[in-house]
Amino acid sequence: MSIRRLEFIFCFGVFAFLMLPFYATASDVSIHGFAQGNYSFGARTNPEGKDFKWAEERFQLKLDVPKESFRLFIKTDASFDHIDEKGSLELREGYIDYTAQKWDLRAGRQIITWGLGDLIFINDVFPKDYEAFFSGRPLEYMKRGIDGVKIGAYPEFASFEFIAIPVFEPNNYTDARRFYMFDPMPNVTNREEKDPASNFKNTEFAVRAYRDIAGFDASVYFYRGFYRKPYMIPDDLNNTTKITFHYPKLSVYGASLQGRALDGVLSFEAGWYDSRQDRKGVDYTVPNSQTKFLVGYQRQLWEDFTIGLQYFTEYMHDYSEYKKAQPGGLPKDRKTGQLATVRLTQLLMHQTMKLSLFSFYSTSEGDYLINPEIKYNFSDNIWAAIGANIFGGGEKWSQFGQLDKNDNVYLQLRYEF
Amino acid sequence: MIRYLMVLLIMLLPIEALAISAEDVMKKSQAAFHYQGKDFKSRVVMKLISKSGSERVRELTMLRKNFGEAGGDQKFFMYFFQPADVKDMTFMVYKYPAKDDDRWLFIPAINMVRRIAAQDKTSSFVGSDFTYEDVSGRDIQDDKHALVKEEKLGARDCYVVKSVPKAGDVDYSHKLSWVDKVNSLPLKEEYYDKKGELARVFTADETKDVKGFPTITKRTMKNLHSGHRTEVTYTKTDYNIGIEDSLFSERFLKQPPKKWIE
Repeated sequence: MSIRRLEFIFCFGVFAFLMLPFYATASDVSIHGFAQGNYSFGARTNPEGKDFKWAEERFQLKLDVPKESFRLFIKTDASFDHIDEKGSLELREGYIDYTAQKWDLRAGRQIITWGLGDLIFINDVFPKDYEAFFSGRPLEYMKRGIDGVKIGAYPEFASFEFIAIPVFEPNNYTDARRFYMFDPMPNVTNREEKDPASNFKNTEFAVRAYRDIAGFDASVYFYRGFYRKPYMIPDDLNNTTKITFHYPKLSVYGASLQGRALDGVLSFEAGWYDSRQDRKGVDYTVPNSQTKFLVGYQRQLWEDFTIGLQYFTEYMHDYSEYKKAQPGGLPKDRKTGQLATVRLTQLLMHQTMKLSLFSFYSTSEGDYLINPEIKYNFSDNIWAAIGANIFGGGEKWSQFGQLDKNDNVYLQLRYEF
Repeated sequence: MIRYLMVLLIMLLPIEALAISAEDVMKKSQAAFHYQGKDFKSRVVMKLISKSGSERVRELTMLRKNFGEAGGDQKFFMYFFQPADVKDMTFMVYKYPAKDDDRWLFIPAINMVRRIAAQDKTSSFVGSDFTYEDVSGRDIQDDKHALVKEEKLGARDCYVVKSVPKAGDVDYSHKLSWVDKVNSLPLKEEYYDKKGELARVFTADETKDVKGFPTITKRTMKNLHSGHRTEVTYTKTDYNIGIEDSLFSERFLKQPPKKWIE
């Protein structure tokens, strides 16, 4: 609650400050943004009885103020949600840049995207909004900003990013009032979420080093922080009255490589998830360590038609311990999980119309997500997209399988200036 | 000393006295059109005009740096101002003469740099009537060139060269180029489709001298089949401005330096 209030005050404080005639060099100040309508109609009514998964109007303002080596950037959204009948204000990004010859710094709320996956994340350990994706919002809303500091260093032999995040931000998942989801203990309503406390010991650190190696873009990654997905701790397994959700400690060591090959672009990414709170895998309230791999290939087959393929696999360490520790009533994960994706994109009419199809299919679980979309730019300022999210297959607890009853058709309409 | 005398002698010879080959004409044209100066900068406005007259505008700053001789490696850096949905996007190309280019795109909304797999020979540049290859140039050795004739185009004496692609990697069967005999710039190009019909026409509509380099500052590509055309204007054009090698990097794709993109 208090963070939301702070956000509000911060946005408007900075805004008001910038609008002061003090900024005589107004020619440098650029203001852009959009007005947007975004509606997602469910194939069946929501758990709470409403028809829409998402229904809102949104207004975004982007303010960019460069001043010599400094730059101030603010991106704020004001929106009105018709499902819960409430307005809200969100600071999407708000930071100050300082740029020197061989290094730079960005402090404030900022979006960081790492890794090579197309909607598959190994080394992108930063906050995501899965609800945004499954509700048919524009894809940029799947990424959430971090509140922290990033320092870039650019010596001759490689480039570096150092990130410190003092305030933990979890992923956002689908809302149980709007989405049907698997819940292993639906009768336990006493639930509590425990975020890691904001102190120096809990500050998250992330480092990326990257350079060119024989025409390939090579990166290595390191992260020390927390899982952003909540894991549950029942108070008593035999007679649960309360569930506490927590975010276990996590370190990630990873690498990626991307370059031109086979008449297209080939990508490799790998990561080792070190579950620091339970390295032996004996605690069922903490996930086991994992190793994850991704291979991606993208190619243009004919004019303005591109195909992208990905194959992802993850492997659970200490699986026998996991099997022993996992309580009877809870679903068991497989030792290895696999996921394949296809993305087809065709641009038409001088690239003003875009037909796309994205699909996840888990070859281990058998569940899927299919996302077709048509986007058309009516003019240089107005575009609209119509698409659908179709879920199914697998078990009633698998990632997309549990969303089976949540198929939706969405509309995004934007005026951009 | 003797070398300088030779060069002087050659320069004194009237051009007609040299039996210039079609390939030489195209090489000189490539050097004049795509490789002038050590580096180059321009604000590019592209108007995409449909048959019915409706217009869309693409505005960008284009920066280019040569690495080696004309016909050699080049790097391109582009920053988009317009339309609004691509504002602040940047795009980078490492162009190599004998192999496919490397391309990267920066998407500011999610702060992501991504390699893209577009093929330059057939892909439209930002939806215009120009292909990537039309913008950054085609390798001389990809075509067989023949001198068809010499004729005046307006007031300018031109060589007319027919270029036939060696591989079927483009959507035209051959191209005719009117190359200015004095400054080697292509003043007109006709692209014929696989049926032998005229499909696209390029015209240089305005040429200006910038720092001693003749530069086409207005150009049009018209698609005769669709009636769609793209008019391009180059302003704030400059050469030899000292673009650093480091500009062509992920760092500056994400944070394009103001001094270069303005």
